[in-house]
Order: sequence, then C-alpha cells, then structure tokens
Amino acid sequence: MVSIRQLLPRLSGMVISLLGLSVVVFTISRVLPGNPARMALGARASEEQVAELTAEMGLNEPLPVQYIEYMRGLLVGDLGQSLQTRNPVLEEILFKLPATLELITIATLFMVGIGVPLGVIAARNRGGLFDNATRVFAFSAVSVPSFFIGIVFQVIFGYYLDWFPITGRLSLEYSDSVARYTGFMLIDTLLQGAIGGHANAWAHLVLPALALSFGGMGQVIRITRSSMVDIEGKDFIEASRGYGMAGWLVAYKYSLKNAFIPTLTIIGLLYAWLLGGAFIIEIVFGWPGLAKYGVQSVLTTDVNALVGVTMTIGIVFVLTNFIVDLILDWIDPRIQLAGDNA
Amino acid sequence: MSTESSRLDRFISPSRRELWYRSYRRFTDQPMSIVGAVIVGGIITVAVLAPLVAPYPAHVGSYTDFANALEPPSLDHPLGTDSVGRDILTRVIFGYRLSLLLAATVLGIGVPVGVLLGLVAGYTGGWVDAAIMRATDTFLALPPLVLALAIASVFEPTLEIAIFAVASLWWTWYARLTRGLAASQRDEQYVQAAELAGASRTHIMLREILPNCLSPLLVKVTLDAGIVILTGASLSFIGLGVQPPRPGLGTMVANGTKFLPQQWWVSIFPGFAIFVLVLGFNMLGDGLRDMFDVEVEQ
Repeated sequence: MVSIRQLLPRLSGMVISLLGLSVVVFTISRVLPGNPARMALGARASEEQVAELTAEMGLNEPLPVQYIEYMRGLLVGDLGQSLQTRNPVLEEILFKLPATLELITIATLFMVGIGVPLGVIAARNRGGLFDNATRVFAFSAVSVPSFFIGIVFQVIFGYYLDWFPITGRLSLEYSDSVARYTGFMLIDTLLQGAIGGHANAWAHLVLPALALSFGGMGQVIRITRSSMVDIEGKDFIEASRGYGMAGWLVAYKYSLKNAFIPTLTIIGLLYAWLLGGAFIIEIVFGWPGLAKYGVQSVLTTDVNALVGVTMTIGIVFVLTNFIVDLILDWIDPRIQLAGDNA
Repeated sequence: MSTESSRLDRFISPSRRELWYRSYRRFTDQPMSIVGAVIVGGIITVAVLAPLVAPYPAHVGSYTDFANALEPPSLDHPLGTDSVGRDILTRVIFGYRLSLLLAATVLGIGVPVGVLLGLVAGYTGGWVDAAIMRATDTFLALPPLVLALAIASVFEPTLEIAIFAVASLWWTWYARLTRGLAASQRDEQYVQAAELAGASRTHIMLREILPNCLSPLLVKVTLDAGIVILTGASLSFIGLGVQPPRPGLGTMVANGTKFLPQQWWVSIFPGFAIFVLVLGFNMLGDGLRDMFDVEVEQ
C-alpha cells in the first residue's frame, strides 16, 4: 500500500512543478509579447479600445501584482474571458476537454491493446520473422509524423474504402438527438440508449485515435519486447519452467506481470504526451476538442484562452504522472528506493 | 593527422582497439543501422548539394507555372507538381535543408546548455542540483509541442521563431540525462584522483567527467534529431513554422490537403519525405545505442 511517507514527496514535487509551470506560462503570456490587448484587438483598433482592454485585463499593474492576481484566478478557477468569444475561458475549456480526453483515452487503449500483445509475441519469437516485422513496424510508427499518418488513413480508409467517416465526432443524423450529459460521446449515447449513435461515435473515433496512437504504440512494442526478453533470463522464470509449467502460462502469469512495470511507466508518460499529439490530430480530423481550441486561440492571439489551455494541459500532464507514480509505488515498492538514489 | 594517429597508436592498448572493433561490429551486424546511416548520410548530402542536384532550383520560391499545375508524377516531375506548377521533388530537397537546419540549430543550442547545466547539477549536488532539476522538471511538465506553440504564438510565425521556441525547451532533456550521468561518475576513483591532484572544478567537469558521458549523449542527439524534425514539421503543419513560399515539408503537407484525395501527391510525398528522414535518424541512433551499449530514454 502507498504510505504517507511515499505520498508526501510526490505530492510536494507535484505542487512545485505546478507552481513552476504557472510562472513559465505567465512569463510567456505577459512578458514576452508586446501588448496582449493590442494583439487581441488587431492593428486597426483605436488607442482608446486598446487602453480600455488593457485596463480590463489588469495589464497596467506591476508584474508581481499581475502574477498574484493571475494565481488567485487560477486557484479559484477563474481564467478570465476569452478575448474572442467573451465567454469565460474555464467554461469553454471544460466544454471542449471531454472530446480531447475521449480521443486520447481511446488512443491509449489502442496503444496498449495492440502494442503489448505485439511486443509479447515478438519477444516469444525472438529473432524470427514476426520479431523482425514488428521491429520494422515499431520503428516506422515512432518515425511517422502524426499528421501524415492521419492524412494517409483519411485517404485510404475514408475516401477509397469508405469504411470510416473522416471528420467530426458524430454524423448529422445523430448529432441532433444526442443530448450532452458528460461530454464523452461514447457515454452520452449509451446513457440515452442510442445504440446507433454509439456505434457511430466509435466509427468516428477509430481513425483519429489510431493515428494518434501510432507513435506511442511503437514505443510500447519496443519496451514490452525488451522487458519480456530481460525477464525471460531471470532465475524465477527458469524455476517455474523447471517445475514443468506450460510455456504460455509462464509467459503470461510470470513474465508479463513483471515485464509490465516499465510498460506501465511509459504508458503513463505517453497518455500525457498524447495531449500534445492531439493538437495535430484534432486539426487533421476536425475534432472539436481542446487542442483545436488551443490552436485557434494561438492563431487569433487570444492570450487568456491560450494561458487556460496550456495550464489545463500542464495540470493533466502533471496529475497523470503523479497517478502513474502512485500506481508504481503500489505495484513495486522498490521503485521508490531506486528513485531516491537516482 | 598522421602524428595524431601515431600518438593514438602509442596510447591505445590493443585491448582497447579490440573493444572498438567489437563496437563497430555490433553496429554493422544490424542491417537496420546501416540502412539508417545510408538514409541520413544520403539525405544530408543531397540537402547540402541542393542547388546542384535539384532538377528545378528556380521552383523553390514563389515561382508559378499554372500550365503545369497539379501534374501527377512523371519523368519530368518524379513527384509531380503542386498547385502552382512547382516541381515537388525540388521543393522536398530544399525542404530537407530547412528541416536539417532546424535540427542542427536546436540541438546546437540545446545540447551545450543542457549538458553544462546537467554537469553542474550532477557534480555539485545539494541545493544547486535541486534548483536546476526543479526548473528542468517544470519545463518537462508540458508536451514540448504545446510549449513551442505558446512561444511561437506570441511572435510572428517564422522558421526562426519555431527554431527559437523548440530550442528554448530542448536543453531540458540533456540537463536531465547529463545530470544522471555526472552524478553517477562523481564518486568514481578517477574523479577523486583528480580532486586530490588539485584539479579545478571546471577541469573535472569538462575534462574528466564529460568525456565519460559522451557516448550516451551522442546516441541521444541522433535519436533526438528525428524528434526535433517531427516537432518542427508539426509546427509548420499548423502554420506556425516555415511560411510559404519557403518549402517547409510540414507546410507543403498542410497546403496539399486541399487537393486530397485526387491530387494526393501534393501532400503525401512531402509527408513521406519527413517520415524517411526521421526513420533514418531513429535507425542510426538505435544502431549507435547497440554499438556503445548504453541505455538512453527516448
């Protein structure tokens, strides 16, 4: 079990990371550019308009005061108004976030569901044809730009084979009838018993989630394979073989369980990493998520929205790593000790 | 050069030469390492010689030839032409130049900065170590693409800003890697010997510890070149990197999506070109990793 003694350092580390992150994001948004108000309003806005928005955003205050104000906002969940839509940024982000989380969660499922078995089979057939084929596949998956594989999927599976839709989250015939409860389309459609809509939501998810999962899948395959190979040589595996246990039983019950620890670490990192990848995939597939909102706020220099998006992603990233660390502490207490010495 | 090698011969024992030979064999035993080296070497050569080898050097900028627009691949234009009639092969070759320039600049800035910080943190320890590593962790707490996006967004989008944005993040990985390596070397006997002999801290860090960290760093640089190129291409794809008419590979893919699926070559070939270059760096890096027998997280 995870003890307080393990929890506290991880928790304080997380808080320090978040504080540091807030400084970095604040610096990027307030110190680097010229006047955010001028940038948001565009070159044709009058001086009065700019002065008004400058005062409204509190940009006349000294920087430390601005930072305190900004931190106070962060703590109570007030991220200011979007300079484009005039809606509270937090509200807009919470509206968009489920679509992104749904996408990266399904991408993670693909990553693990396809990557781990491929890695295990490759390790069991070391040096064989399948091993070499997965090796080439893993290399290619890590190297391919996500927007490129997304476009290739759209052309092959969308246009030519016409198996899957290529943009959006739901087809028009369903989108009107599905009400929003959680914002997760797969859950919302089920809650309303709309089986057709549910299947439709899956169909929309397949291509973007698969394209998004590619880079991580390559890493999962390689790390699963190499940790399986490492474990194979260990004494306790030899011993269970010596007892006459069936090969597959040893592989799944003993090797995989132990080999899974490095895999789990990288899956946690990759889940957070996918948030970055989603920026590209959402553009390619017209996915109405947080990343698309972020890119829009970049292109319209909406500083408040941009700060909100970067902070949200940072928080999800830090939280995910925190949770993965806790799970690892729980699975294998030795990691904590090793971490202390590193 | 000859004096150099004879000096080397005198100092390098036969057993060490044997080790080098084995490392070399470990590299050449993997066909993928060779393929990677050939891809990377070939592309760098072509990119350096771009004005000489590209079939239509004039097509790099805002050249137009609407009579030949959107031509499918042919003998005249092996990769076809784009929407204003420019030869895509030419633009891919020059696009490689920009990608390699990006990687070289980002790593040229990021590696020395990160290595120095990592050496100081790892060798000094204590609160200096804690301070440097906390700062590093903060930067690592965001996907690089997102931070680069935020930085790139507050300036006019250009290739130079994209390079600056990516470079301002990339030192973190090297700080972390070098810190770990330096900390593990700190208590080695050769470091203690140097300390007893009265060597300065700078000397110990740069002349004693650093040379022992070089092979993992080299592997990491090679593997990273691919990732930096991918990040740069992604920024360009969104519209925050190389601006038209300059031939950024990511920019070319983005502009070509309008012509999918009929004129697929406008988008697909530049995308495939990025893939091949990154694949080359990854294969080469993996080969080097086997050769030096080091562990580097990617």
